[in-house]
Order: sequence, then structure tokens, then C-alpha cells
Amino acid sequence: MIEYKNVSFSYDAQPPVVEDISFVIHKGETIGLIGANGAGKTTIMKLMLGLLSGEGQITIDGLPVTKQNLSQIRQKIGFVLQDSDNQMFMPTVYEDMIFGPRNYGMTKEEAEKRVDEVLKQLGLQNLKHRYNHKISSGEKRMAAIATILAMQPEVILMDEPSTALDPVNRRTVIHTIQSLSQTKLIASHDLDLILDTCERVILLSQGKIVADGDCETILRDKKLLEENRMELPLCLQSRHC
Amino acid sequence: MDNLSKAQSEFLEMDEIAAEKSFLHQLHPLCKLLVTLTYIFVVVSFHKYDITGLTIMILYPILMFQAAQIPVHLCFYKLRMVLPFVCAVGLVNPFLDHVPVIQIGHIIVTGGFLSMLTLMMKGCFALMASFLLVATTPVDSLCAAMRMIHIPDMLASLFLLTHRYIGVMLEEVSVMIQAYSLRAPNQKGIHISAWGSFLGQLLLRSMDRAQELYYSMLLRGFRGEFLYSDVPACHMDSVLYTLISIGFFVCARFIRITQWIGNIFVR
Repeated sequence: MIEYKNVSFSYDAQPPVVEDISFVIHKGETIGLIGANGAGKTTIMKLMLGLLSGEGQITIDGLPVTKQNLSQIRQKIGFVLQDSDNQMFMPTVYEDMIFGPRNYGMTKEEAEKRVDEVLKQLGLQNLKHRYNHKISSGEKRMAAIATILAMQPEVILMDEPSTALDPVNRRTVIHTIQSLSQTKLIASHDLDLILDTCERVILLSQGKIVADGDCETILRDKKLLEENRMELPLCLQSRHC
Repeated sequence: MDNLSKAQSEFLEMDEIAAEKSFLHQLHPLCKLLVTLTYIFVVVSFHKYDITGLTIMILYPILMFQAAQIPVHLCFYKLRMVLPFVCAVGLVNPFLDHVPVIQIGHIIVTGGFLSMLTLMMKGCFALMASFLLVATTPVDSLCAAMRMIHIPDMLASLFLLTHRYIGVMLEEVSVMIQAYSLRAPNQKGIHISAWGSFLGQLLLRSMDRAQELYYSMLLRGFRGEFLYSDVPACHMDSVLYTLISIGFFVCARFIRITQWIGNIFVR
């Protein structure tokens, strides 16, 4: 279980990016984090990973996010960055995938076995020895997800997983998210993706939670979405139905 | 493709060349590192007028390029930006050192001219050997070899990360130049008035990217020490390669092989 209790964060002497937010994520839930640009979606994720530190308390399975616990916490949580180029820093997909497991003490053989399992699970065996600079954006996004899955995290955070993807690759990412059993927190402007993958949504506006509840109920509430600089998902807009 | 994108892809290509499977590629990285360092040390130690002694040292890179199945011209092509500087190092020597050293017919060759040639050769040979090392050894194996000879982990990691960040920086420069040139169509290069802001932006963008990359590493358990790729055991071929190569360098340094061969023909 992940719990945010009165969490606030601001960059030096600036208005808070996240202000007094509290919510709980239960094991196995898939939650969409939505809101306009600058609403604080990525900040909430970075606070959970200890990349930023603010006020209030965040606990992961009862473990508070503090400097001493970071290693344990980061082993539990996988973070798929918005820009896959920033995630894939080794020459090949295989080397990138093996990086995390090896750092967490796995032997080369064990890590390699894990890599093969994840690649098979995602149907990406053909990418194993490909160079990161020679694969397409869609393949890179899937490879970035694979690098995270290779660490067998209990929780997966995804920041804008469908950005810059063509419809087919976007659909592949959606299917992949649906197939994962872990607890997932997905920050996105792509409300159709959120509708397809999440059962619960947290709507943020200017660093505060304005709605937290059933995905379909919130995403069908045109007034609420428009008040917070969002729109109905395309599939719920009458002309697209 | 613009020049920078080309430079970037050329830079990234080195990883692919280093991952080939020739005889030289499969040798132990520490052996290759030691041989290369010894080669450079021996080449640099030749006397400034000893052009005949130095000439024999070209055998090592030429043979090794064959063994690695890498065309020699690739080395000169990749190093085309550096080679002119290396060659320019000794250009003033002929003006400073007028002492006659050899006379070929009526032509007197001065010490300055000879030292210019040896300096150029030393520079080129050292670059060729370094290129050979980088082109046959993946960077993380090279760093693992550096750790084996007790080079501090901080330096080895710095070397590895610098290598990674060069690619990131080139990417950022390429994007910025593209954005600039699309809005300055009749302009060649970047106008001097934009240099300051261009460099500032580049620094900020590269720092942002570098920070994101670093986050990504931290989140996957990086604790300041790289777990380099598993270096294979040192087999007999690696030991033989090291002994034969270093033996050859020592012989070439202390036995005047070229003079000895020349004497056979003169007599």
C-alpha cells in the first residue's frame, strides 16, 4: 500500500507545485493521474521515488520515503520516464535491461534469464541485442518498459507512456499496461489511454487533488474536466462515438 | 543528414565496431590496454632524430588492423578532425633547429625537419593504437580493465559517463542547430551574436538531460559504482598476444631492426 499524507512540495521560494495532498493506493490498483500541464503529476511520482523531497509523509508498504530507505523503495518501484531516450543509456537493449537487476545483486545468469523472460512476455525478443540508437521510438518505449519489468517491481509508475507514439504503438503500450498485474500509477494527458487502463483516477489542478474516484465517473464529467483545463476523452465525445 | 547528426551516428557506431567478434576483439581487455599503453610509451621514447628506429613501430597497428578486420582508412576517417592538429605540432621545428643531420645527395636534412617528421609519426602511431584499442574493446570492458589495474573507480566511472554524455550532448547540439538553421535559412553557421545564448542553452539542456539519465540510473540501483560487464577469463591467446607484442616493442626500441635489414642489402 502506498500512502501520501499531507504532502507538499515547492521549489525554493516559489508557489507550491504540490500542496497538502493525501491519498492511498492499494495493492494491485491501476490509477490514472491526470491534470493540466504543471498540475504536479510528475512531481508526485518523483516524491514517491525520493528524487525530490517535500513536506508530509509518504510510505510504501509502511516504509517511509527517507534517505535510509531509498534503496529498498526504489527496488520496489519501477519508473518509466516520459522520454525513453533518457531511460535507455546503455548501448544495447540487453545491457540496459541487465543494468538494474545486476545492481540489485543478481548474478549475470539470473539477470539474463530474467531479461529473456521479460522480452518473451512483451514479445520483444528481436530487440534483445539491438542498439538503442537504432530502434524506433515505439520500440524504445517498449524497451524502456522492459528495462523496468526486468527489475520485477511491485509498483510501476509511468509518466506519459503514450507520448509521441503512433496509434499502433500506442495500442501496444495500452495492451502491455493492461497485461501487467502490478500496482500502477499512470500520469497522462491521454485520457483515452487512462480510460482503457485505469479503474481509478486522481485529478490534479495546481498541485491539489480536485477529484479522486472511479475512472469512468470522473472522465465522463465534462464540467469537472473543463474546469480543470481538460476535455472529455475522444471516445466519449459525441462525434467520436 | 547534417554534419552533427553524422558525427553523432559515427560516434555511436564505435560501440558497434567494438562489439565485433574478430581475434583481437576477443582478447582480454586488460591485455589490450597494457599493450597499447606500452606501445605508446615506447613510441614516445624514441629519440627525436631516430626516424629509422621509429618506422618499424608502424608494423604493430598495421598488423592489428588486419587481425581486427578493421580497414586502416576507417581509423584515419574517424580521426580526421584530430590528425591535422597532431601533424601541426612539429611544424615549427624546421625553423628552430637548423643542425644538419643527414645528407642525401645534395640535400641536407636538418634536425628540425627530422624531429618534425618523428613528432608527426609518434602522434599518428599513438592515435592509431588508441583507436585500435577503442575499436576492439567496448567502453565498459575498458573501464573494467582500468579498475583491474587499480585506477580509481571514480576515474573509470567518469570515463564511462563522459563517453555516454558525449552522445547526449551531440544530440542536443544537433537539435539546437537544426532549430536555429530552420529560422535562419540564408545564414552559414551560427551568428556570433547568438553564440552566448546558444552555449548557455546547450549547457542547460545537457544538464537537464544528464540529470534525467542520472535519475534513471539511480532508480535502477546505481550507487556510484558501475558493475562493468563480466570480463572473460584471460586465456593463453591473450597472454601470448601481450608477451609477443611487448617483446616486439622492446626489441624494436633497443635493437636497430631497420638498420640491420638495411645493412643486409647494402653489403
